[in-house]
Amino acid sequence: MSFLSLFVIIPLLMLVCFIPCRSNMHAIRTVAVAGAALLLILSFVTTYLFLAERSAGNTAEMLFTSDILWYPALKIHYSVGVDGISVAMLLLSSIIVFTGVFASWNMNPLPKEFFMWFSLLSIGVYGFFISVDLFTMVLFYEVALIPMYLLIGVWGTGRKEYSAMKLTLMLMGGSAFMILGVLGIYFSVGMDNGQYTFNMLEIAKTGIPIEAQRIFFPLTFVGFGVLGAMFPFHTWSPDGHASAPTAVSMLHAGVLMKLGGYGCFRVAVSLMPEAAHEQSWIFLTLTGISVIYGAFGAIRQKDLKYINAYSSVSHCGLVLFAILMLNETATTGAVMQMLSHGLMTALFFALIGMIYGRTHTRDIREMGGLMRVMPFLSVSYVIAGLASLGLPGLSGFVSEMTIFVGSFQHTDMFHRIFTIVAVSSIVITAVYILRVVGKILYGGIQDEHHAHLTDAAWYERLAVVVLIVCIASIGLYPSFVSDLIRGSLTTLAIW
Amino acid sequence: MDLSNYLLMKQEMSLLVVFLVLILYDLLASEKARKYIQPIGCLLFLAHTVFCFLPQATGTSFSGMYVAGEAEIWIKNILNIGVLLMLMQSNGWLSGKEVGFKRGEFYVLTLLTLFGMYLMISSGNFILFYIGLETASLPMAAMVAFEKYQNNSAEAGAKYMFTAVFSSAILLFGLSLLYGAMGTFYFSDLAALMQPSSLAIMAMILFAVGLFFKISLVPFHFWTADVYQGAPTNVTAYLSTISKGAAVFALMAILYKVFATMAFEWHAILWWIILITITLGNLFAMRQTNLKRFLAFSSISQAGYIILSVMAGTAQGMAATIYYILVYIFSNMAAFGVISAIENKTGKIDMADYNGLYKTNPKLAIIMMIAMFSLGGIPPTAGFFSKFFVFTAAAAEGEFLLVFIALLNTIISLYYYLLVVKAMFITTNEHPIEKFSSDGYMKLSLIVCLIGLVLLGFTSGIYEYLTNISFGL
Repeated sequence: MSFLSLFVIIPLLMLVCFIPCRSNMHAIRTVAVAGAALLLILSFVTTYLFLAERSAGNTAEMLFTSDILWYPALKIHYSVGVDGISVAMLLLSSIIVFTGVFASWNMNPLPKEFFMWFSLLSIGVYGFFISVDLFTMVLFYEVALIPMYLLIGVWGTGRKEYSAMKLTLMLMGGSAFMILGVLGIYFSVGMDNGQYTFNMLEIAKTGIPIEAQRIFFPLTFVGFGVLGAMFPFHTWSPDGHASAPTAVSMLHAGVLMKLGGYGCFRVAVSLMPEAAHEQSWIFLTLTGISVIYGAFGAIRQKDLKYINAYSSVSHCGLVLFAILMLNETATTGAVMQMLSHGLMTALFFALIGMIYGRTHTRDIREMGGLMRVMPFLSVSYVIAGLASLGLPGLSGFVSEMTIFVGSFQHTDMFHRIFTIVAVSSIVITAVYILRVVGKILYGGIQDEHHAHLTDAAWYERLAVVVLIVCIASIGLYPSFVSDLIRGSLTTLAIW
Repeated sequence: MDLSNYLLMKQEMSLLVVFLVLILYDLLASEKARKYIQPIGCLLFLAHTVFCFLPQATGTSFSGMYVAGEAEIWIKNILNIGVLLMLMQSNGWLSGKEVGFKRGEFYVLTLLTLFGMYLMISSGNFILFYIGLETASLPMAAMVAFEKYQNNSAEAGAKYMFTAVFSSAILLFGLSLLYGAMGTFYFSDLAALMQPSSLAIMAMILFAVGLFFKISLVPFHFWTADVYQGAPTNVTAYLSTISKGAAVFALMAILYKVFATMAFEWHAILWWIILITITLGNLFAMRQTNLKRFLAFSSISQAGYIILSVMAGTAQGMAATIYYILVYIFSNMAAFGVISAIENKTGKIDMADYNGLYKTNPKLAIIMMIAMFSLGGIPPTAGFFSKFFVFTAAAAEGEFLLVFIALLNTIISLYYYLLVVKAMFITTNEHPIEKFSSDGYMKLSLIVCLIGLVLLGFTSGIYEYLTNISFGL
């Protein structure tokens, strides 16, 4: 059994350890921090080992694989392994789980239950990223989704019941498409030779007949695309994010939406490249709309969380957009964008949660001059904003730059036009980011109650600093990411 | 006299012994000793269940009248587990004043219906099948009307009776056509003679409709909601799992064994039946506020999923069907266990009464939630695995469109299952159900259900075994 299974086992142990904690806040925090720290260390170790293996010349597609036959009759395996993209995603998840724990330091009510669901969510997320077998992938996908219902429904704010139900049902709808796609892949691969398999590596080797690809590519792409907030299936995202508690918004926008992009790439595009080439124009149009629509949507919002939720639609749309460009540069950019958006949006939601915890409002019209009251949070907000609008030196710039360079490599009119349209989203991003920053951070203090608010506490600072450091490091040293994932992209035969 | 015929009927014999011991005990024991019928009944049935799991010979006896294949033996074992859970859960209800004096009768009736189902499952001849069906139906009506002084229960009993008789009549009509055309009732002879003539198709349809009533597939489901609501909760649990499971298996076995040459015809019929059953069951379930009615419609739509793998007509389909029945028994028993525990203590069975249940009775709420997740097919509960296997079995036969419709329907079903979860965990309530403690039987049975729901999916051995013993067309 590979050590990768620890990524599932540790959250599972956390889940069990929370049970005897009752409502002892100290014990709960200890377990949560210990578990999250272990996961963070584990993902750093994984990254290190992965890079060491790669530099030692190991060019296998998946490293650290292990394979256990689970259901022999259906050839279902519990099969794990990582390539560069999964390692990057594991790293991202660990950072966000770690900071998420600190962002929900004073969880109330029912802290134990909150962290138990949170652990279950982590099990799903980690399990998804280490899966090589399509069945376990679907399994972990749904494990990650269902805790969202209760996390939003119980601990959320605003129209939480409506949002929780909408989010769960839409994402489960996505998984319905996905399951059909997975079954289609399974049977069309095995139809000729009887070698049924859910293993992605074997499927990629055998190849899927083009007639089957034409049917099942759109199904899987839409299935994962729902989670990646692809237009017109993005409507769960603003409501869900706005109603969710801070740590859940962080994890959801930061990691869970990446499940969509990752799945679109790994399952839909990598396994069915011919159909991807044929049909990419349809989905490019849809994701292009996501990018622009999300950005325009953000301009009109008054609630801080809605602004970031729409901005997530736009940025995650860019991930899918880049994946559909089907070339190496753009895909590298897509992975970078996943990392960058994950960190950035987690930072945003953490900060919004902290500000909301103090001002008890998220309406930008009711806030102003916060820079004077809480300088630390405000400066961090500005940094997050600048990362979001693509300031060089921060992660947003490198990822968007790579994506657009990759997209512009296509010489035909269609791709060029869509690239230009997507590029224009950067300008719109600047509009909504600067508008919010100017409105809530600068100017006079709107509400005199806000004048006496405190700045961030130590645990909040810790979460924020970790995220900012990660954003800056990607911005300053982007070749780390591209080195990590390069080996995984060149082996794919899609371009 | 050749005893080897009877050796094959080990399970029936063992059940008969338990039945006779209990009926005699109930008759002869003193007033004081009769109180112990609950532990004695449960223990005897436990012994019977364990005994049935012991390996036994397979084959046919009475020149093909009775069949004891591996699949038949195992479906009976699975039903035994369900009945055991139900008997344990019924302790609280049977200890009540109103029905306490006739708790012995409840055991006797339950075991009698179970005996009928055994015969249905193991029949190799339509006469035996019909005897089994009637033995299962008539005492069932008495069980449904067990609280006869309550209008609902008596009404439900009458409705059940009428439907049972009506469906039996239709089924018998089908059988008489079959006999008229073929001149035999033995499955093996019929299978050899069967040709898709219009008379044979007519016979098959009438026969199947009789069973569709039992399984409560749309459009033969109209009795379900009223009967489920009116019957005592434990009887509803029995009706929705054991009775349904036995009927599904009997239908599957007969379609595979007898009507194999008409697979094309029944395939087409089942296709449409599944489509409307799943969809209508779901649509009606969304609007229910009474939890028993709610689970009635949910069980209608669940029956559609079970039939989906029956339709596949392969060994894989049969394995998926049996596995689905197993998981479904555990899920529904858990759900009805919680409902029955709460109903016994407080008499409340509306969804609105469950608001805020987690605050006062967290353990019950969690079990109910896991049962709902399992019914909705959410991992890591066993329901996800059973649904996935059903879809796989159907997709293996190329039924992608129907699988897609069924998958979309799981979303609808998830909506109403989540409504229960929402009531228990999210909605606040000024006067939630007060904290209470159930009796030991109920606790044990719920714990068994919980363990089953969590572990059944992860232990692949059961499904593997079922695949090995299953047979296709």
